[in-house]
Amino acid sequence: MSDTASPVAIGIFVALFFLISSLGFVATRWKKADLNQLDEWGLGGRRFGPLLVWFLLGGDLYTAYTFVALPALMYASGGAGFFAVPYSIVVFPIVFAIFPKLWTICSERGYVTAADLVGGLFRNRALALMIALTGIVATMPYLSLQLVGLEAIFAGLGLHASVTLFGHEMELPLLVAFAVMAGFTYNSGIRAPAIIAVVKDILIYTTLIAAIVVIPAKLGGYGAIFDAVPAEKLIIPPTPPGSLGPQFAYATLALGGALGLFLYPHALTGLLAASSRDAIRRNAVFMPIYAFALALLLLLGFMALASGVKQMPEFADGFARFGNIYAVPALFNHMFPPWFVGTAFAAIAIGALVPGAIMSIAAANLFTRNIYRAFIRPDCSEAHETQVAKIFSLLVKAGALGFVTFFPETSVVQLQLIGGIWMCQTLPAVLMGLYFKWLSGNALLLGWAAGIGAGTAMAAATGFKDSVYTLTILGLDIPCYSAVSALVLNIAVAVLLSLALRPSARPDTMAPAPAN
Amino acid sequence: MGDKQGRGPRKWVNLLLLVPCIAALWVPLYNFDEPRLFGIPFFYAWQLIWIWLGAGLTWIVYVVDWRGSDR
Repeated sequence: MSDTASPVAIGIFVALFFLISSLGFVATRWKKADLNQLDEWGLGGRRFGPLLVWFLLGGDLYTAYTFVALPALMYASGGAGFFAVPYSIVVFPIVFAIFPKLWTICSERGYVTAADLVGGLFRNRALALMIALTGIVATMPYLSLQLVGLEAIFAGLGLHASVTLFGHEMELPLLVAFAVMAGFTYNSGIRAPAIIAVVKDILIYTTLIAAIVVIPAKLGGYGAIFDAVPAEKLIIPPTPPGSLGPQFAYATLALGGALGLFLYPHALTGLLAASSRDAIRRNAVFMPIYAFALALLLLLGFMALASGVKQMPEFADGFARFGNIYAVPALFNHMFPPWFVGTAFAAIAIGALVPGAIMSIAAANLFTRNIYRAFIRPDCSEAHETQVAKIFSLLVKAGALGFVTFFPETSVVQLQLIGGIWMCQTLPAVLMGLYFKWLSGNALLLGWAAGIGAGTAMAAATGFKDSVYTLTILGLDIPCYSAVSALVLNIAVAVLLSLALRPSARPDTMAPAPAN
Repeated sequence: MGDKQGRGPRKWVNLLLLVPCIAALWVPLYNFDEPRLFGIPFFYAWQLIWIWLGAGLTWIVYVVDWRGSDR
């Protein structure tokens, strides 16, 4: 690993990392308030204006894992990996149309989580509990993946030091980075990632702009980069007869991702921290700047392909250990001087801490509000509630760290895949419930169970390797993102059972009761 | 959404939000290599451009129907 190590890069990386993360600790003094209230610790008192929410959501959605994994997907599978772009085109109109309403209800009634909302709308404790559990369980592997992203960055720097804990080798830099994140989250709550996100984004944009100008210039222009991609991978393959084909799969991956995105607790937390409906709408207008950055980032995968880093002996170790997610770190090492590599990697590493912090806060909010307070200690004080959330946020992070240490990386990725499918199944209860009051809580619960069951079964049928499962209906092959097909079943069950379970809502169609 | 009285035809502008969704999800519209734009295949160029067109349409909806409103 020491082949790629540069003292300059490591020095700049370490200095920037600590400088920026120290901001997280002074964040308590900003918009000063009583951090013993969950509303303050977990949602910043719902006082974040449009600009800050923009940074918070950007930091939330484009994570360290995004930075290394999505280009790696392009690197491996070509144009089919570009679905993250139509996904981000679709997500912001959805946010614009639906989420101001969700924000309004949550802020009027003091809801902190999606499960609060569902519990309030349907007066159904079991449903609220399942929504909370889905959120926590789906967030855990996502949080673990931030660590995988960090590991790839440390490997790219050649920063390697390990300690042995419980018979397992643990990366020391990873432990330090995680301890820093745990510290500022515990201390400052959501104020910390919000402030850090601002500085991080400036670094990320500098990095990206340099990358998309410098690298193509060195490789002979964008034409040359796309020419390095095998022709059959450049666009989506043609549709075979008797099937909706890979183009349908591409569209459902984009749609399912977009529908699931803001159901994730950490994304919802970012939205609920907004100071007004208007802040959310204005955000939806300006979020596409992130989407464009994301698209450029994806193209880094093709640049890595064109540069031929995989064949270079100095990167053989990294590729052997991390696989394709090492492609972007290798590309940066190959293309840029050490001082720039240090800066870029610091930006990406901080890019892991921001969403990591928000994810652990969101999971902690869910646990505290919808499990601890709902079922264990209903009469606890506000200060006690916040203390429980702080401690749970530490436990979540420790769990994520244990996860990447004791399990192979592939199982973390597989869990993330199932997590995405599961998260989508909360849509009928959380979003449709806002509009259709006649939906029944028990019907939604059964729909949720059907969706989770079908989604998990489809993922299992592919050996948890592929998020697309091909259904055959009336002889037509339908390759569809499992989250979407499971959601269709989920909605069908919820709607039909709601109609069936509430006969009083449709008195005109009821037969007269014989007893009367 | 859009069910408040007194807004008249303005609320129809919200339908513009559907346009980027269709442009992005109807893959046969753009699944081509040629023509290329500055060396970028049409498949990628179309999606990159629609990020900005989508933002533009959302902005129009905001300005026409939502700006300054307390809904």
